[in-house]
Amino acid sequence: MRGGWFRVYTIVYLIFLYAPIILLPIFAFNNATTVAFPLVGFTTEWFGQLWTEPALHKALKNSLIIAISSAILATSFGIFAARASTRYRFPFKAPLMGLIMLPLVLPEVIVAVALLAVLLGMGLNLSIFTVILGHVLICTPFAIAILTSAFQSLDQSLEEASYDLGESAVSTFRLVILPLVMPGIISALLITFTISLDEFIIAFFLAGNENTLPVYILGQFRFPQNVPVIMALGTILVCLSIALLATAEYFRRRGIAKTGGKDTGGFL
Amino acid sequence: MTSEKPTMIEFKDVHKYYGDYHALRGITAKIRAGEFFSLLGPSGCGKTTLLRTIAGFEGISSGVVMIDGKDMEGVPANVRPTNMVFQSYAIFPHLTVAQNVGFGLRKDPRSKAEKAQAVAEALDMVGLNGYGDRAAHALSGGQRQRVALARALILKPKVLLLDEPLSALDKKMREQMQLELIKLQRQVGITFILVTHDQEEALVMSDRIAVMFEGEVAQLDDPETLYRRPNSRKVADFIGTMNFLPAKILSESGEKVEVEAEGFGKITLNAEQVSGANSGAASIGFRPETLTILFEGQTAADRESMATVEEVVYYGDMTYYDIKLDGTTETMRLSMRNVFGRPVLDIGTRTRVAWSSGALVLFR
Ligand SMILES: Nc1ncnc2c1ncn2[C@@H]1O[C@H](COP(=O)(O)OP(=O)(O)OP(=O)(O)O)[C@@H](O)[C@H]1O
Ligand SMILES: [Mg+2]
Repeated sequence: MRGGWFRVYTIVYLIFLYAPIILLPIFAFNNATTVAFPLVGFTTEWFGQLWTEPALHKALKNSLIIAISSAILATSFGIFAARASTRYRFPFKAPLMGLIMLPLVLPEVIVAVALLAVLLGMGLNLSIFTVILGHVLICTPFAIAILTSAFQSLDQSLEEASYDLGESAVSTFRLVILPLVMPGIISALLITFTISLDEFIIAFFLAGNENTLPVYILGQFRFPQNVPVIMALGTILVCLSIALLATAEYFRRRGIAKTGGKDTGGFL
Repeated sequence: MTSEKPTMIEFKDVHKYYGDYHALRGITAKIRAGEFFSLLGPSGCGKTTLLRTIAGFEGISSGVVMIDGKDMEGVPANVRPTNMVFQSYAIFPHLTVAQNVGFGLRKDPRSKAEKAQAVAEALDMVGLNGYGDRAAHALSGGQRQRVALARALILKPKVLLLDEPLSALDKKMREQMQLELIKLQRQVGITFILVTHDQEEALVMSDRIAVMFEGEVAQLDDPETLYRRPNSRKVADFIGTMNFLPAKILSESGEKVEVEAEGFGKITLNAEQVSGANSGAASIGFRPETLTILFEGQTAADRESMATVEEVVYYGDMTYYDIKLDGTTETMRLSMRNVFGRPVLDIGTRTRVAWSSGALVLFR
């Protein structure tokens, strides 16, 4: 009896979670300008229309620039922070690491408003660069979390063995540490890329006259006739996100298997 | 004769502090070129720390570490003429066996083919012929051990450092590797320094052993001297089993010491049988195999006493008896090789035991 209720609960929960997402592709292929049942017929027209929207292309280009830059910057910072926190001892380490990880739980709207105030106060123009700044801030804790797990599963005696066999600190990093944490780095890049690509609030506050993809999408909902096109775009984005996250998790797990460590984290 | 071998490593009053903790407390010792040397001691006594000061992974707080006549102060690990076999083996998991073994040859000016040849020879030396293309993370414990050895020895270091290399192996594998390591050391002639907390392993493998307690070298000697003439009760207790009987020193005159020991009576000992390092009450020490049970018709070569058997432990080839000598309160351990046709005594048996004053050690 107990098992029965759990099953019902699980099914209801999953429907609640995924039904809206499943509706995306359904209406993306539905041959009607309104998002409503019953379905009318099959069409790929909405996907076709995606190619003829210059504003969309501009937003997509902005989003890609922001996401790629943020991913690379956040992951680079993450490498330094994860290395420092797993290998070195320094004063105030715990509170420092806590402060760096804080944006993970801070309300984004607070971060966005605070950044906006500072940037305007400094007299900087809002652009995609200011968005990158904000995204690096919120992506770095994710990168650190992933990379710390990668660095932690690295046996310190591997480094010592490399020194012992004649390598310097720099060549040891290149020959031993980097290859072993590479799966973690790839995984961090992919996840921070995805986070930045999806991010709305900071982009909305800090982009100025520019649009990013999520901001553009919200804007399109003012025009009901555009909604099916957005459904098509959403379908593509969902597929892309799933593919990216799956790849990231694959690399993270492979990294842990390679170094023979225990699985202690991860998002999937 | 052996003392004429040149010194490879010399410690001069080496101290090491971890914060407030005094881990090495004035180590002074010499390790000879080409010998199999062991650092033996209980957990936490500083064996690994001392080994790592040779490798250059650990700086020292004061004193001097010399390798082959050169002061190692400020010389980093990657240019010291030492190589290490780590307790965890530290095999690079992303490389093949051959790449692991050849890791240290990166800056070697030899051609690719010559290096491959060197790798093949090193693998051959440790009995891993043909394993070169295997992924390193798919090896057994014993195989990792061999890869680690080959990887260190291929660089022909002056000193090979081994930190409890056998502790992760099962008993049978361990005994096999002990013999292989001895053979390997004789073959390559490199100075081996082994860290172990297993006294049997140290006795089996080493030319000389430094017994360490709490950051100090308590005794540095060859295995036989260490076993027969431990310089303190602490060393005697740590190496093998030693029985102790309370004793009183009656007189000392030059080469001779006269002692009265419980159960043994009056004994005359030579000066070399006296270990003077200990304070406190004097005692007589002896190993279990230096006491022999006398059967019907046998007579003692030197001295004999009466005893009662309190416990019998039968091991097939050996029997261990716990006996109580007449006039004593503590039981002594006695070991006898079992001989066909001679009975194993029962608990409670009264028996004569033979002993020799030459096999005794006086601690005081
Ligand atoms: N990095 C360190 N920081 C602080 N204390 C340390 C450090 N390394 C070792 N110690 C301390 O120094 C002492 C000696 O350690 P060491 O590792 O040399 O012992 P060991 O003889 O090798 O013991 P074991 O047989 O357990 O390996 C121990 O009490 C240990 O706690
Ligand atoms: Mg140790």
